[in-house]
Amino acid sequence: MIFQPAALALLLAASLNALLLLGSGVFALHLLRHWNPASGSERQIALERRTYLVGTLVGLSLLLGLPALALFAHNADAMAPFFTGAMCAVGSLKANVWGMPALLSMLAGFFLAAAWLVLNHLDGLGWNTPLIRGKYRLLLLLAPLALAQAVLLWLYYLNLNPEVITSCCGSLFGPASGGVAAEMAALPVATAMPLFFAGWLLTLAVGVGFLARGRFGRLFGLLAALHFPLALAAVVAFIAPYIYEQPNHHCPFCLLQAEHGYAGWVLYLPLFLGTAAGIGAGLAAAARADSLKVSAPRVAAGLTKVAVAALGVFGLAVLFYLRRSNLVM
Amino acid sequence: MIELLAVSKTYNAGRVNEFSAVREVDLLIEPGRATALRGPSGSGKTTLLGLIGGLTRPSSGRVRLDGRDISALSERFLTELRRATFGFVFQQFQLIRGLSVLENVMLPATPSGRPYREVRARALRLLDDLGLAGRAEVKTQWLSGGEAQRVAIARALINDPKVILADEPTAHLDSALSRQILAILADLRAQGRTLIVSSHDPLVFEAGLVERVIDMRDGRVCGAGAPAGPVLS
Amino acid sequence: MVTMNTWIERQRALIDFSVANLGRRRGRNLGLFLAYTLLVFLLASVVLYGDALRREARLLLADAPELVVQRLAAGRHDLLPATWLEQVEGLRGVRGAEGRLWGYYFDPAVAANTTLLVPSASLSTSPPAPGQMVIGAALARARGLAVGDVLSLRGYDGKPYAFTLAGVLDADSELVSADLMQVNAADFRAFFGVDPGLYTDLVLRVANPREVRKVAEKVLQRLPGARVIAREEMRRTYEAAFNWRQGVLLTFLSTLMAAFALLAWDKASGLSAEERREIGILKAVGWETGDVLRMKLWEGALVSLCAFLAGYVLAWLHVFYADAPLFTAVLKGWSVLYPHFALAPRVDVAQIATLFFLTVLPFVAATVVPVWRAATLDPDEVMRE
Repeated sequence: MIFQPAALALLLAASLNALLLLGSGVFALHLLRHWNPASGSERQIALERRTYLVGTLVGLSLLLGLPALALFAHNADAMAPFFTGAMCAVGSLKANVWGMPALLSMLAGFFLAAAWLVLNHLDGLGWNTPLIRGKYRLLLLLAPLALAQAVLLWLYYLNLNPEVITSCCGSLFGPASGGVAAEMAALPVATAMPLFFAGWLLTLAVGVGFLARGRFGRLFGLLAALHFPLALAAVVAFIAPYIYEQPNHHCPFCLLQAEHGYAGWVLYLPLFLGTAAGIGAGLAAAARADSLKVSAPRVAAGLTKVAVAALGVFGLAVLFYLRRSNLVM
Repeated sequence: MIELLAVSKTYNAGRVNEFSAVREVDLLIEPGRATALRGPSGSGKTTLLGLIGGLTRPSSGRVRLDGRDISALSERFLTELRRATFGFVFQQFQLIRGLSVLENVMLPATPSGRPYREVRARALRLLDDLGLAGRAEVKTQWLSGGEAQRVAIARALINDPKVILADEPTAHLDSALSRQILAILADLRAQGRTLIVSSHDPLVFEAGLVERVIDMRDGRVCGAGAPAGPVLS
Repeated sequence: MVTMNTWIERQRALIDFSVANLGRRRGRNLGLFLAYTLLVFLLASVVLYGDALRREARLLLADAPELVVQRLAAGRHDLLPATWLEQVEGLRGVRGAEGRLWGYYFDPAVAANTTLLVPSASLSTSPPAPGQMVIGAALARARGLAVGDVLSLRGYDGKPYAFTLAGVLDADSELVSADLMQVNAADFRAFFGVDPGLYTDLVLRVANPREVRKVAEKVLQRLPGARVIAREEMRRTYEAAFNWRQGVLLTFLSTLMAAFALLAWDKASGLSAEERREIGILKAVGWETGDVLRMKLWEGALVSLCAFLAGYVLAWLHVFYADAPLFTAVLKGWSVLYPHFALAPRVDVAQIATLFFLTVLPFVAATVVPVWRAATLDPDEVMRE
């Protein structure tokens, strides 16, 4: 089962990622102990040099993160015919217990790497690298996550067994299965739709307010982060059924397929971009350092623009799909 | 104004080959004047030049530029500051082979993000001023010593720095070419730039360019902070 | 301050410099570039070819019946009586059932196993007339036969049976039809000595895919001793087989990947004195570690992009226009009768992403540390000569 090009590619990517980030994590411990910007000692100079390597590595990790996530979801979809009962990615991911955790760890890794890079960028804008300690503490979180990602991915692919009868997305999001997924799906449209649009509008409004007045930047970051699970719940609860034009088809993965006009990509790409930029904007707005007085608000504003635009596109795409649908719920 | 406070530079600290290139130097360099560091080879003048220009990080002590402590700056900021403030002319020209004269002159501006057109125009103007008008597209390995040194000076000027640092600018040139280069340096001084030269070439001190001489030996400044008056006319 | 425009200007300047740099060291970079291209070419050939075959098989199976019923006698596939057909025809959910006649025949003339079969009555094509035969294109090529020729085969009783070649199957589905020989039912029964009341196996059409499993269970209840094969299972078997072969090839190629990564690492870490001096100069005249790093990364990205494009295009031509001579034997199986068919060219984003991960990633991982090391040379190094 593991003998499949896409799986091999993903395992390679995750393993290298874990290796490089674990090295960075070890360095983070070292840096936190010995960092002393006042010193011109050779050790301090060596530490400073190594920060460039770590910045590059996390940047690469982020650059790979999104394509890897997309490839993972797509490949899970492509593997569906292997498993009895699987119709799409859900079936493949549920074929053993590691699939969903692997997916979640990749999601978390993506957003964490994005947040780290925003901190890294900000840190470089201050003459005295004011955020260096916070940044490297965060890296201590990112490194084990990368390891977990790789381990989960290996466990997932090694333990895939075509003999296993898995469930299709209908059962995961069906009323009988219980659990979070089923609860999301069971949300009545009359509740879910206003809730989602209210959350979406609030997030955008706070973002625009921040751009206009320069206040509540941190709140915007928080809202952008909260908007993400809300948006996913909305996809499961009503957006997906509207796109499929089937009231009981709630799957968020089938959307990625060609027969649904690649609607998933249209929705998820701006959603991911907007969420990452929004969280970054919140972090930049929260940065308190004298040397960042000028540049941090500027970075926060720039990221907020990106976030508002991307989340705006996401919401408009949702509206478009709802309007186009012939389904009445 | 550049201030050095108890600046030392030690290489390979804690190892057998540890050696102190500069020890406990205090120095004050006023803007708009020409200063020379004089001393035998190995006396630490080149290292001191690097410390003054932010090229070398001090192992201890402080370097202040216009009152701002630059020894605690992150590399990125220090480099940005250095790029904007200092122009370096190195001992052996240090041009990149295989690139044209123009490309070499434009190099220090590459990371600044200034528009290409603007940088190119300034580079051509500088080459023109230095009598290299027709040589812009020539690969640097085909230049004579005098031409190479003038290209190096043009490169040092591309970011329009306030301070020019020249390490043994006449070391590889004959007397006639040396005088030519010294005349160019005098012009730069006349434009109001600060000039700091390291040298042990008598020609440099005879040329009437230098207003202040700092003698060095074994990494220390001799005669504790030599006089800062207008000498040597 | 760093605005978008200065950022773009800076990247542009760095790219300009990287291009000039690559140009200056053409000879040194050429070897690496060729190795890189070769690696991409090989991996891309495997992936493109395997995927194309898999797609082909999937298309063929799309028309296949949902269920096939065979009879097992002491674990061996045996002929089944026509009464079985009547017993399953009436099952709820079954839209149609049909008995099939087919068998393997070893053809000494081409030293290969061929399949002799009676075309399904439900297909629009009528079965060949008595004494006539329609064969697969590969077989026709191998035996050098044209329509109208007569070929003689030895039957179950050792006697020769002569068939006139009435047609050659078109090449559309050649992967599966390569070794086929089609005759009509009466000729088939005579040739193999099969009694009129017997069939090789049964095929069932099931309208609703959700009922396939139910129908299969009912068939097994009614007909003890039957084996039921679902189309989905065959599809899985095919997929698994192609995946496995592809994977084996990729695993072999992984040693090549490792060798390439080593080469890239060596090239990146073995800085010549000249390169070292150049980086020293850049840093001395005002480049920061990050600038040198970015310049070097751009260099790597440009080499990767060019090598990837070159390797991918070459692999594309190799697979879709030259019939993939390098992998035919391994990926199609060891059949003597190689099907000769043009795979439908297709670009697949996921496939490109896969290839990109498999080729560019080892390169990046192998070079990032040496590149960083080179970028962190002391800026005052040029002064300390």
